[in-house]
Amino acid sequence: MDDYIVEMLNITKRFPGILANDDISIRLRKGEILALLGENGAGKSTLMSILFGLYKADSGTIRLRGKEAHVSNPNVANELGIGMVHQHFKLVHNFTVTENIILGLEPIKGLVVDLKSAARRIEELSETYGLNVDPYARIEDITVGMQQRVEILKMLYRNAEVLIFDEPTGVLTPQEIDDLMAIMRNLIAEGKSILLITHKLKEIKAIADRCTVIRRGKVIGTVEVADTDEARMAEMMVGRAVSFTVDKAPREPGAVVLEIDRLNVLSSRKTQAVKDLSLELRCGEILGIAGVDGNGQTELVEALTGLRKVQSGAIRLKGVDVTRATVRSRIRSGMAHIPEDRQSRGLVLDYSMEDNLVLEVYGLPPYSRAGFLDRKAIREHAGKLMEDFDVRAGEGSFAVARSLSGGNQQKAIVGREIDHDPDVLVAVQPTRGLDVGSIEYIHKRLVEQRDRGKAVLLVSLELDEIMDLSDRIAVISHGSIVGTVDPKSVTEAEIGLMMTGVGPSGVKKGVEK
Amino acid sequence: MWDIVSGIFPYAIAYTIPLLAAALGGFFSERGGVVNIGLEGLMVIGNFVCAVAIAKFQPSLGQGAIWLGLAMAMAAGLIFSLLHAFASISLCANQVISGTAINMVASALTVFLARTMTGSGNVRITLGFIPFDVPVLSAIPIVGPLLFTKTYATTWLLLAILALSWFVVYRTRFGLRLRACGEHPQTADAAGINVYRMRYAGVMISGALAGLSGGAILVTFSGEFNGTVAGLGFLALAALIFGNWKPLGILGATFFFGFAATLANVSQVVPAVSKIPGLVLKAFPYVVTILALVLFSKTTQAPKADGEIYDASKR
Amino acid sequence: MKGLKNLFTALAAVILGLLAGAVLMWAIGANPIEGFSFLFRGGLMNVERIGNTLATATTLTLTGLAMAFAFRTGLFSIGASGQMLIGGLVATAIGLSLHLPKWEMLTLILLAAMLAGAIWGFIPGYLKARFNVHEVVSTIMLNWVAYWVVYYTIPAHFKANLETESARIPDYASLKVSWLTQFFHGSFINLGVFVAIACAVLTAIVLNKSVLGYELKAVGYSKTAAEFAGINVAKNMALSLGISGALAGLAGATFYVGYAVNMQIGVMPTQGMDAIAVALLGANSPLGVVLAAIFFGILHSGKGFMNAMTGIPPEIGDTIIAIIIYFAATSVLFTRLFDGLRARIRRRQ
Repeated sequence: MDDYIVEMLNITKRFPGILANDDISIRLRKGEILALLGENGAGKSTLMSILFGLYKADSGTIRLRGKEAHVSNPNVANELGIGMVHQHFKLVHNFTVTENIILGLEPIKGLVVDLKSAARRIEELSETYGLNVDPYARIEDITVGMQQRVEILKMLYRNAEVLIFDEPTGVLTPQEIDDLMAIMRNLIAEGKSILLITHKLKEIKAIADRCTVIRRGKVIGTVEVADTDEARMAEMMVGRAVSFTVDKAPREPGAVVLEIDRLNVLSSRKTQAVKDLSLELRCGEILGIAGVDGNGQTELVEALTGLRKVQSGAIRLKGVDVTRATVRSRIRSGMAHIPEDRQSRGLVLDYSMEDNLVLEVYGLPPYSRAGFLDRKAIREHAGKLMEDFDVRAGEGSFAVARSLSGGNQQKAIVGREIDHDPDVLVAVQPTRGLDVGSIEYIHKRLVEQRDRGKAVLLVSLELDEIMDLSDRIAVISHGSIVGTVDPKSVTEAEIGLMMTGVGPSGVKKGVEK
Repeated sequence: MWDIVSGIFPYAIAYTIPLLAAALGGFFSERGGVVNIGLEGLMVIGNFVCAVAIAKFQPSLGQGAIWLGLAMAMAAGLIFSLLHAFASISLCANQVISGTAINMVASALTVFLARTMTGSGNVRITLGFIPFDVPVLSAIPIVGPLLFTKTYATTWLLLAILALSWFVVYRTRFGLRLRACGEHPQTADAAGINVYRMRYAGVMISGALAGLSGGAILVTFSGEFNGTVAGLGFLALAALIFGNWKPLGILGATFFFGFAATLANVSQVVPAVSKIPGLVLKAFPYVVTILALVLFSKTTQAPKADGEIYDASKR
Repeated sequence: MKGLKNLFTALAAVILGLLAGAVLMWAIGANPIEGFSFLFRGGLMNVERIGNTLATATTLTLTGLAMAFAFRTGLFSIGASGQMLIGGLVATAIGLSLHLPKWEMLTLILLAAMLAGAIWGFIPGYLKARFNVHEVVSTIMLNWVAYWVVYYTIPAHFKANLETESARIPDYASLKVSWLTQFFHGSFINLGVFVAIACAVLTAIVLNKSVLGYELKAVGYSKTAAEFAGINVAKNMALSLGISGALAGLAGATFYVGYAVNMQIGVMPTQGMDAIAVALLGANSPLGVVLAAIFFGILHSGKGFMNAMTGIPPEIGDTIIAIIIYFAATSVLFTRLFDGLRARIRRRQ
């Protein structure tokens, strides 16, 4: 019937304890963009990893251009014309662009790797597809957007016909997302076919031809994007009607609880990550920090919580200067932190859940007395928290943190931090990796904190989340606050522009309180 | 003063060379991402096998037995290193513990075997490399007496290996892939490279070079196997860190340690030095190593995935 | 369940090590059954030998605890040998310089040895915390420094007639007591055995039930999470190696003024390296360490007897121990086997 370039038929894949793919069948037409839509953990990445040869399916067949194919490893996938841009880039940080692209397929002149001819070919490809990449730059020196284009070049260098994109827009500004869409249209025009894994409905509407929805490892259905609206796709993805807005009554913010005064912070690579940044956070408000990843948010949060030294400037918590205070004293003074990286910061993965849930308070009564831990109190506390926040673990509070799914780990961390009832809650990407139901629940609790007169500093890369939850939005770019806006009146395009450094009045990099 | 320095230099160089060999071994292994704490043990193995080989083949081969001994030392080091490779790469064991186990097995096993062979646990040889002056070059003023007198064949062999190592790691396909495995094995894996195989290669090369190092110690300045190499394997690791995982840096670092250690040993011969208390001289190389580590560990540029277990099943 | 899995792994490693030893014995033309029989009888055959086994196990328990403690907190300290030497040196020095009633002498000696060992352990801990110096290399360097300190200090200040050893430790300074020695028919056993048991118990309490233990283990498992929680990582690393050093310093006291009658120079104590085996085999748990130390005590005590009766070189004891570590290090193979067996048993039920 149709000209299918890729068919994955009746794919089943099991991991210990999870049925990731349950008899899934998808078909990609030549020259189309097929979106794979599903919540976090639905099984889309697993499916594509099978197509790319990183995993082997337990059962099912793959057909390329009508012929059955066995994709046993990424090399075979490349030979068959399949390429993948991963969500977490597979790049060697201190190699050049050229070295990264040719790795595994290096051209040689005698005994030596022929970098020059490779660089030339890369330059040609870059021009043909409008990718604008410098072959001799080192990966650690270029922007995230350009790194992604290197990943695309990797595929083109290997003459890929089928290109898989795994959640490509998480790390891009709105402008860069538009650029990427243009690049994708170029690729289609040159005869390629694209599989797009995503959970972002807006992007599917913008670029995809068809969309296959996957929920809990099963295919729910395939729709023509032009004929289907976002609400319908969301319903297919989650299984019930989804409300997109958060219930939020307007509230008058109270006294200033956190003051950041002309803060300067260096990054680990000795660059100026935070530059003369000033900000105020009041009781009873959620202040959202919007910005592209890598513009100083990480260093700002680390400075606020005490994990990084401040170069100059001041941080005042409830009027008290805490600029050089220890992490512990900030915690005791009423600051809590939901960290960006749950596995390396938020949890001791090899500790049990009950030990993790007292991570900041183990030394205080009732969890310990005279230097000894009170096991009963710790256990009871864990039981309560895990129930409150719907943290699912096979062995309850005895479960080792490592064995929990990412979503459950995140829920535990959020629960623990909210349970401290902090005056200032610094929440970084609090709903990353969570399913829609959990996201709704966490958002509700954050709003609850605000309604009770506490303050929340929300740092997120998901603009939707920032727009939904925040009372005010401060946009950060190149380490400074470009401007502070009201989510009810600002447009996404305006915020996008501010993310690149242009202030609300059209002046670049203004600083506002 | 000049006489003292020019007298010490050849000895310092002789002491440096085995260190350089072992450190280069560590270089290959760690560039691939595997920490090899077992260098010390592999050197002992090389030392032992070389001694036994020379003792056995001296009657038939004469001077050639030395080269045979060195070759067999390299082979023995390579084979023994497979134990470490298998444990830490295929079985995903902790690399530090696996390396320590190698050290212990090597020293116990070699003394055990030596005792069954000679009854005393030591193996003495009467053959070794004779230091020679390089024709023409040793006559150059200043540089000549320092670098080209009383040199050993192994010195030139190792310098050639150093140059070869730089070439292989930074210019060839193998080197590019090896470095990728040490920096970001997930990337190498996705590029279709067999990370396990590359890491095995790195460890095996380190085994061969460490074996060569042990043999070199024997045929240049020690003359007998006695069950230990006095911590030189760990000095080599420190040199690797000190040299920032780059061949030229390693050369500088090993020479620095070689010089420091030689200073301690020549105290009897050089009156000026013999006034310093014996304890200070003997402890000097070790203390200097610690100081070097203090200065250089903060700005470390170790291969990013060095020491991390790579488990392909957890992709 | 975790305890059972550790025991299974340890036993598997031991059995494989003993098998390898048997192969070696056979390879040099000896009879393995005879060899092992004399090896184990040498350690357990009579009361005196049991006493010797326990005396050897004493020092191994303390160094093993030192290693286990360091490993639990994520630090690969290999410095037990040097810490033993320093602890032993201080103990010997006090024993030969002061004359007080026995109980006061022993208390002073033990405390001093602990303190000396703690300092020798604190140094690499501090260097790691402050300068990120890898503790494997720094502890080994300090081992050799300690070796040379002993080498020059004993002949300079504490010798009697021989250049290579200290004077004999007087009875009032030795950990040996007459009732214990008589009970074990004249073996090397000494009060150290009680010190070792007490330390094992204390270590277990600290690691499992105390706030300090919680912090140390957190730092060991995840430096970054510990930082996040407000734990002072640098302080805990230094403290951990300090405690580890104190335990090893105690080991030095039990060996040089307990087991032995004086301190010899020019010998790097093997209990330092064996400690790694003991800790590994004991899965870093205090009880496991005690059991592993006793097992190795048997091997060490028995190898001399085996050598006398069969001619098999005593180094086979060290070889077997080293091979056991290798198998313990690759224990993931056994844990997978264990999990596989457990799954199969469950399927049958």
